[in-house]
Order: sequence, then C-alpha cells, then structure tokens
Amino acid sequence: MKNEKKKILFGEFVTGAGLVRALEMGPGKVVAEVKASNLKGRGGAGFPTGLKWELTAKQESDEKFIICNADEGEPGTFKDRLLLMEQAEKVLEGMAIAGFAIGARQGFIYLRGEYVYLKKSLEDAIASMINRRFLGQNINKTDFSFEVEVRLGAGAYVCGEEFALISSMNGYRGEPRNKPPYPSEVGFRDKPTVVNNVETLCYVPYIVTKGAEWFKEHGTQASTGTKLFSVSGDVKHPGVYELELGITVNQLLAEVGGEGAKSVQVGGASGLNVAEKDFDKSICFEGLPPGGSIMVFNHQRDMLHVLKNFMEFFVEESCGQCTPCREGNYRLLEGVRMLEKGECSVRYLKELEALCDVMKDSSKCGLGQTAPNAFLSIVENFKTEILYR
Amino acid sequence: MATGTRAVTNELQEILLKYGKDRTQLLPILVEINNYFGHIDSNSIIEVSRYTGVPIGEIHGVITFYSFLGQKKRGKFVIRLCRTISCDIAGKEQIVRVLEKELGIRFGETTEDGMFSLEYTNCIGMCNNPPAMLINDKAYGGLTPERVVEILDSFKLSEYQDMFGYGGVK
Amino acid sequence: MSEKIPVQIDDITCEVERGTTILQACKCAGLRVPTLCHHPDLEVAGICRICVVEVEGMSGLQAACAYPIRQPIKVRTNSPRVRRARRVNLDLILSEHYGDCYTCVRNGTCELQELAREYGVDRYRYPSTTTPKFKIDRSTAIVRDQNKCISCKRCIRTCIDLQQVSALETANRGHNVLIQTAFDKPISDVVCINCGQCINRCPTGALRSNMPNELLWHAIDDPEKHVIIQTAPSPRAAIGEEFGYEPGTSVTKKLNAALRRLGFDNVFDTNFAADLTIMEEGTELLTRLKKVLVDGDSSVKVPMFTSCSPGWVKYIEHYYPEYLDHLSSCKSPQQMFGAILKTYYAKKVGIDPEKMVVVALMPCVAKKFECNRPEMSDSGHKDVDFGLTTREMAVMIKEAGIHLKDMPDEDFDHPLGLGSGAGLIFGATGGVMEAAIRSVYEIVTGRPVPFKGLDVMPVRGMEGIRDATLTIENPLPEYQWLDGVTLKVAVAHGTANARILMEKLKAGKLAYHFIEVMACPGGCLGGGGQPIPTSPEIRAARARAIYSEDHQLVLRKSHENPEINQLYAEFLGEPLGHLSHKLLHTHYTPRGRFFLEGL
Repeated sequence: MKNEKKKILFGEFVTGAGLVRALEMGPGKVVAEVKASNLKGRGGAGFPTGLKWELTAKQESDEKFIICNADEGEPGTFKDRLLLMEQAEKVLEGMAIAGFAIGARQGFIYLRGEYVYLKKSLEDAIASMINRRFLGQNINKTDFSFEVEVRLGAGAYVCGEEFALISSMNGYRGEPRNKPPYPSEVGFRDKPTVVNNVETLCYVPYIVTKGAEWFKEHGTQASTGTKLFSVSGDVKHPGVYELELGITVNQLLAEVGGEGAKSVQVGGASGLNVAEKDFDKSICFEGLPPGGSIMVFNHQRDMLHVLKNFMEFFVEESCGQCTPCREGNYRLLEGVRMLEKGECSVRYLKELEALCDVMKDSSKCGLGQTAPNAFLSIVENFKTEILYR
Repeated sequence: MATGTRAVTNELQEILLKYGKDRTQLLPILVEINNYFGHIDSNSIIEVSRYTGVPIGEIHGVITFYSFLGQKKRGKFVIRLCRTISCDIAGKEQIVRVLEKELGIRFGETTEDGMFSLEYTNCIGMCNNPPAMLINDKAYGGLTPERVVEILDSFKLSEYQDMFGYGGVK
Repeated sequence: MSEKIPVQIDDITCEVERGTTILQACKCAGLRVPTLCHHPDLEVAGICRICVVEVEGMSGLQAACAYPIRQPIKVRTNSPRVRRARRVNLDLILSEHYGDCYTCVRNGTCELQELAREYGVDRYRYPSTTTPKFKIDRSTAIVRDQNKCISCKRCIRTCIDLQQVSALETANRGHNVLIQTAFDKPISDVVCINCGQCINRCPTGALRSNMPNELLWHAIDDPEKHVIIQTAPSPRAAIGEEFGYEPGTSVTKKLNAALRRLGFDNVFDTNFAADLTIMEEGTELLTRLKKVLVDGDSSVKVPMFTSCSPGWVKYIEHYYPEYLDHLSSCKSPQQMFGAILKTYYAKKVGIDPEKMVVVALMPCVAKKFECNRPEMSDSGHKDVDFGLTTREMAVMIKEAGIHLKDMPDEDFDHPLGLGSGAGLIFGATGGVMEAAIRSVYEIVTGRPVPFKGLDVMPVRGMEGIRDATLTIENPLPEYQWLDGVTLKVAVAHGTANARILMEKLKAGKLAYHFIEVMACPGGCLGGGGQPIPTSPEIRAARARAIYSEDHQLVLRKSHENPEINQLYAEFLGEPLGHLSHKLLHTHYTPRGRFFLEGL
C-alpha cells in the first residue's frame, strides 16, 4: 500500500474542463482513454466502462441514450447521495462526455424515489450547466448537444440492476430481462443505451483531463483508481471515504475508527460478511467485493439477527420473476427463522447452503446471484453462534 | 359529490397532459399522481389507461411493483422508517415505539384525521446517521425519541398554520 | 442465406443460424432440455430456470430458452452443476405448488408432474405448502386455482402478448408475486373473453375450463331426457390426440360410435348448422351490400364481421363496442343448431323440448359462456344446455371405458346430420370466409368460384391477417348491381391480429366488405378447449386434417346441402325470413373496456 493518501473525487475539480478536452479529442479518443484507464463500474458489478462505451458507440442507431444509475439501494450505501448533493456538476459532466463518446444526445438520471429531495438541486445543476453551455444545445459552441432529464424511481431495489432499470424506464415492472441482447444493443426505448453508476461517471472528467496513466497510478493493477466507501454501523466515524482500491479491511477499519469489530459486511447485503480472521484481505475487483458499502458489527451484535434483516430485505426486494430468487430467498429466510427457534438441523442447513449455490448459479440477474452471499458467509463465519442457540 | 369528483378528474387530466402518451411516461405519470393524491385509485388507473393505452392490469402490475406507489389512500404525511440493518442496530425499535405511541397507530396504518401514515422502508441511504426516516420528500437522520416528537410537532404545527392561513412567522 | 455458427453441445457438434436459441439448437442436436416457462407460441421469459445449461466462458448457468447463439459456443446440458440446479429449482417450485395430483384435472398432462417424475422426486426438499392460500375463482367458462400457480407467466404472456386481451396481470414483487386477474377481480368481472388460450398454455392445473361433466352424466342417466350432441369439426380433428393418435388424425366416424355408446340419443353434425349459418350470413352480407351500394343506406354497416367466434364477439363487445353494428346478427352454428333442435326437430320427432338436452362438443371454452348468454333462448328454452370441450369429452369417453381406437365407423343421424365441406372448414382460420365465398359467389353469378378445386387459397394459411379480392362479373339478373364490384375480404385469427385490423379500420386505413375473425390462433382448431399441448405444428396438422376431409366430400357448398334446403322448405321459409330472424339471429351487448360493466 502506498503511504500518501491519494484522492480523486475529493480532489480539485474545474467544471467543464473535462468536457472541453473531450470535445477536442473526439469520440474515438475519449473511448480509448477511458478504456485504457481500466475504469470499472462502481455500482458493484465492475464491468469495464470503456468497453461498455465502445460496444455502444459501435451500434448504428438514430438515437442512443446515457442513463446515470442513481438508484443507490444497496443497504449501507450512500456515497452516490453525497455525490449527487455535492458534486452534481461532475456527474452531469461525466454524462455529457459519455454521451459525446457514444453518440447520444439525451441522458437521464434515474433517481431512486428515496432521494426525491435531490431532484430540485439536480435540476438546478442542469440549468446552471445549460447556462454555461456545458449542457443543452451546441455545447461549448460545437455541434454536440446533450440534454439531461431526471426520472424518479418509486421504491424498488432491483431497479439498480441495469436491465431492470431500463424496464422500469420503459414503463414496465422493473424486472430484469434476459441477456443478450445487452443494453448497448437494446436499451431504453429499445435503442442502444449506456447505464453507468453515479460514481463511475464522476471519474470520467478526471480521466479525460489527466489521462489514463495518471488514473492507473491509483489502486491495483486490476482495480485501478480510488473508490468511495460508505461506512456505517459500529464505527466512531461513519461517512463516505475515498480510498484506493486494494485497501485491506484492517486498514479501512483503522481509518474509520472501527477497531475491535466482530465482522464487517463488505459490499452491502449482497456482499460478503468478513470475520476477524480475514481482516487482512483487500477490497478490490479481484478480492472482497468493492461495491462500497462497509457495515461494521461489534461483538455485541447477534449475527443471526443481522442475517435475518438481510434475508427479509431480499425476500421483499426480489422482483419475483425467476424461481431461484423468488422462492430461494424465501426458503433462506424461513431457514433463519428455524435457526432462531433452534429448529434447523445441521442437515437442513447443508441443504440451504446447497440452495445458495444454485441461486448463485442459476438466478436470472445479479440480485438473485448475490443474495445468498450474506447467508453463506455469515453461516460459515458464525456457525457455532448460529446453530447452537 | 359530483362536482368534487369532477374536480379530481380535472386535476388528474392536468397531470396527464403534462406527459407524452408513450409507455416510457408511465412511471413518471404514476409517481406524480401518487404524490399528488396520496394514492392511485382505480379511477386514476382507468384514466391513465385511456391516456396511454396501457391495459389497466399492467398499470396495476406496475403500481404493485413499487413500494412507494399504492392504491390505498395514504396520509398527507407518509413516514417511512428505515428498517435496514444500520438503522436497525442503531435503535430503530425504540423509534418504532415512539412513533406508534405518538400517533396512536401501528405501522401500516394511517391516522384517523388522514394526516400521518406509518410505513417501513428498506435502506434510504442515511446509514451514516441512523436511525433515519423519510417524511414525504424529506429525510431525517440521527433520530432519538425526543427528536421524533419534535419533528412530529413541527408537522402538526405547520398543518395547523396552513389550515388557518397564518403560517408566516417562523 | 443467413450466417451459420458452429455449436458444440455435449459431444455433438452442429451448425445453427445466428440467433438460434440454445434450446432450439439442442432440439436440432436431438437432445432434450426440460422446460417449464417456455412455450413455442409465446415470447421468451427465461424465468423458471429449469432449462439452464452450462455455457463455456460464462460464470453462471444460462437459460437455454433465452440464450441466442451469436458466436461459436460450447454447451453442456448434463453436468452435475446443471442437474443440481434443475433439481433444486424444481424442488422450490414443488414446495410452493399446492394440490394433490390425483384430484387435479391435469393429472397425466401436467408438465410439473412430468418433470417431477423425470427427476425422480420422491419427497419435498423444503417444507411444502399444506393448506390452500387462495379461493378458487370460477366463471361459467373458466376456473382459476392460484394455489397451483407456479408463476411461469405463460398465461400472462398469452393474455397480454399473444391475445392482447389483458385480463390478467402480474401483481406485487418478490415472494408475494401473484399471477391474477386485473385488480384481482373475479374472472367473470374482468375483460376475459373466455378464449381459454391461457388454459392451453398453463403447465399445471391452475387454469382449467368449467367442466359440466357431472351434470351431463346426470342428464344422460335420466331416462326422461333426450340427450342430443352436435359435434364441431375441430374436436373431431383433435380428440384423437387424447387417445394416442398423431395430431392431424380426424376420427369423426369413430367418435360418432363412441358418443352413441356413451348414451347420447342423437349424434348430429354442427357442420349442418355451419351450412345454415352460411345461408343466413351470406344473405345478410348481400342484403347489407345492396343497402350500402345501391340504396346508400348509412344505417347499415360494412364491413360485416363474422360472429361465429364467441371469444371474438366478447372481445369486440369490450374493446370496440362502437363496431357492434358491424357484427353479423347471425348466431354461431352451435346456437343456431340448438334453436332448430328445440323447435323444428322436437316437433318433427315429437319430443318435448323441455325434456331435450342439447350438448355441443366444441373446441372452445367461450362456447360455455355463449350458451349461457341470457338472450340465447329464442326457442323458448335454453337453446344449448352444455358446451363441452374436446378435453372434457375425452374424459367422459375414458370414464365410460370406451376405447376410441376400437370403435367402428358410424354416420351421423339424419336429418340435421348432413354437413358440407364448407361447413367443415369452419374449423380452420379462413374457413368461414371460404365457405361464404363458395356460396355467395355462386348464388350471385350462377357459377362456381373461380378457384381450382373450389379451394379459395388466398384466405387459407396461418398468417395472422390475410386478405383477398374477388371481382363479380356477369352476375345473374337480380344481382346486376354487383356487376364489376370487387369484393374485398380479410381474415384474422387471434385477437391480437384482430386488434391490428380494428385499429387500421378505425384509422380509416382499410376498406373491406367482409371480415372473418376467430379469437383463437389457428381458428377453432386452436381453440382453448382443444387437447394440450398446442403448438404451431400441431395446429397445422389439425388444419391439414380438416382440409383433406373437405376434399373427400362430394358436398362442398353450403347452399347445395339438401337437408338445409329441406329445413327452409319445411320450416324456416327463406334465409333472413321471419322465423330465421327469431331463431337464428341475435343482438350484442356493449361492455366496459376495463371491467365487465360500466366505466
């Protein structure tokens, strides 16, 4: 780990510089630069942003769209709320650059219903950007025009999944659909669409102005850049931290005043529960899931209670389409209730662990594929505490 | 009652006319109707269906998918208390008891005067300041029993002032 | 030719066209991949996760039904991972599915049961549902038992996408997801048109027809009752499938024998009534055309729509009530037959119509609703007592211990037992149109239709909407007003196609004189009461059976049916005459667009 603490998003920023530079570079070079930076999606799935743009840029279509995924619903995550509140211009600039790169003239911010109070300030930021010709018609006096509209969600975690988000925006139930085709081919209004996380878009102006090489100086080889971490639970200083990818759990705990933790939930409810023995592991795309949610639990916490809370969440938030997610999460919650009453045999617990594997293997979307993570890791870490009550 | 119904219909039409008729406008339309009327009743669903051409069953399917949209009339102020883990371990249960006691209703219910509804919600992104809740479009974090009472009082007061038209002094 | 892509599935290598799904490729390779939410008529859902397979390079398992092949891939359909996932997903579904197999009408044809058998399921892996959660909901035509629903959404995709009726919806989220009627109203209160297509596609017994079998046995067993059955052409071309015949085997004559052994006192041919319909409807068409073309009477509407399909009739009552004047006032053959049986026939053979029970063997679930319409009692009695579907009849035959394959060939009873080939082809989409053209053209010109072998090919086939034109030249003196007129006709099957046609009509983009609409895909042969399963191939086979039977008949035009002529001579007088009007014609009810009544 490097000694000095490097920040990107919490560093200096001049609105419009990245956009102006991008307009000079041309779409091809912008895509190439973002691709070279190895920036990966900050929503959690970690798909290479440059590749996503390249695939969409290649599509022939009269219309293309950029959607900023502001449906931040992962339990324990609030970094996008902070960015939308304090760095809205950066988000918008990232969207405009993305739009320029792929040939889109229209962008949307899909804002979760819970953040409705941010709508006004976002629309003010859009207006202010239009005034300065960083958005709207003929941006910076070029041929490039780009509009942004805020669309509200209405309380559905699964809409953070990009296919579900597109279904929702298309006026349907927010149910993920089959892939391929990918949104880069068939997205909003069935047109090629890029869906990027709020935080991902925020790095874009920096990469364009300072270059891919500079960006890669942060983080690890496979996980370049910094990452915002939303820290909550039993810590002295909860909040949003910008840290380099590759940081270990121990280092992170030291940073936030979370020493002496019993376990840390890394990556939210859909992430992994990490026990003390694994606190030396690092958080990055090749390690512990870097979704950005860090929930710390001290030794007084009942881990079965924590697990129950997560399972209740998934039972309710599953879209309910596919069998493993709709029924599997329900069976896991039922299992937790059996454990609470001491009615779950070791053999049945094994059955439920096998169910978890099948959910990961055969669910239709990321929600069902990651929902069993908490169950598996908490049961593994705290089997004695959970089984023999 | 006929005029009342017509007034509602006019307001509904005004909302609809703000939006295009294509299906991608469905969610924005429903969100606005829900926020304006406190719910989306059968009549509204039928009007939305007439306007957009989306069958009523599908509209109902969309409404029931999103936890903020509903057919049941909610109170003027919808209190949504976060029940996800960071709020849960920070003393959510105590807040539950205060809210239920102060308002005299259980979670899932609306006060008789139609003023407040109590609901649970999943993570609202206020985990750094738990426990937290939303009241309509505002978020309140760091809740303590005392603060909850203060917040409720401020809403009741503003409502009283609205009612008698002298809400100028703050 | 489109691009071919090499695929390796297990140890078989083959080439498929770009965009072929893994499931289709497996079929080509001779491998069977189990499915549950997949149906060949419906849009892909990929939600049951039973058909999952391993695709090399992909981290998770992929749904074979939903994965289009766009580059060379290697697939494994039978690995430990695949078997485990299928089994667990199956167990999850089974634990939620409430109901005993032996009390279920789908026992033996249930796809879930079949899968459980294939996978050797001998216990519930997860705690099973032991009490029903939902009340059973029934209309005169359809029974809905949500306890048996496995949320595969085939009915949803049928109702919303395939038929565009939209009486059903998916409600709620997560484990609370429910497949239900719009707003969870009783099925008799929503815009359900009773087409029963959802029943044909439900893999379990969650949707079924309202079976009148018990009541019917009562009637048969009652020596006081004279029980008459009329059989429509489509069940005859399909019921064999319930008894081990290949699809497309017509068993008309064996069925006649079976029905007599079952206890029916008379076995008649609905084709007879179809011929009667053509006489009435053809005359109505000519009357309407004359009023419009010659008299300029704007109160008379063209195009005229056929009214044989009760699903279509209810669809137009709900969705296009402003077009009800366009519907032919003719009752369907089923109802015409009932009215004739309880008047003309009852008198002729001296049976008290009060003691007469008329049963119609139909491919159709909506026929149950139709015969229960309050206006369908012009004979002074309920014209038709029971609408029985093909599937329900198969149950009765099996219950009676009758082996259909061993039955001798027997003919229909007479009179009223003679039907023409024109009446027969009513069973296929385009058939009513073809039958009408055969008769109307000849009545007007005195010459047979100018198509080889009387086959009006332009209106045949399985394309959703078809149209044809026919110019009248040198008509008989009384039809001089039609000289040089080009008649434009159209045919649509499946209400989704009907909707396309109706929207174009509304927009003034189309002009036709006569339109045939059948609510079900393929026409009656694809009806909601037909044997399960259904697929485009099965429907095509049934159509072939019907058209080849038409070819074997000498009598192929409705107006040449001697028994029809006898009926007019002895009883009705003339088409559209006073008695016809009373007995054979009806009126329609505008219904709500959103619910049954109002709004």
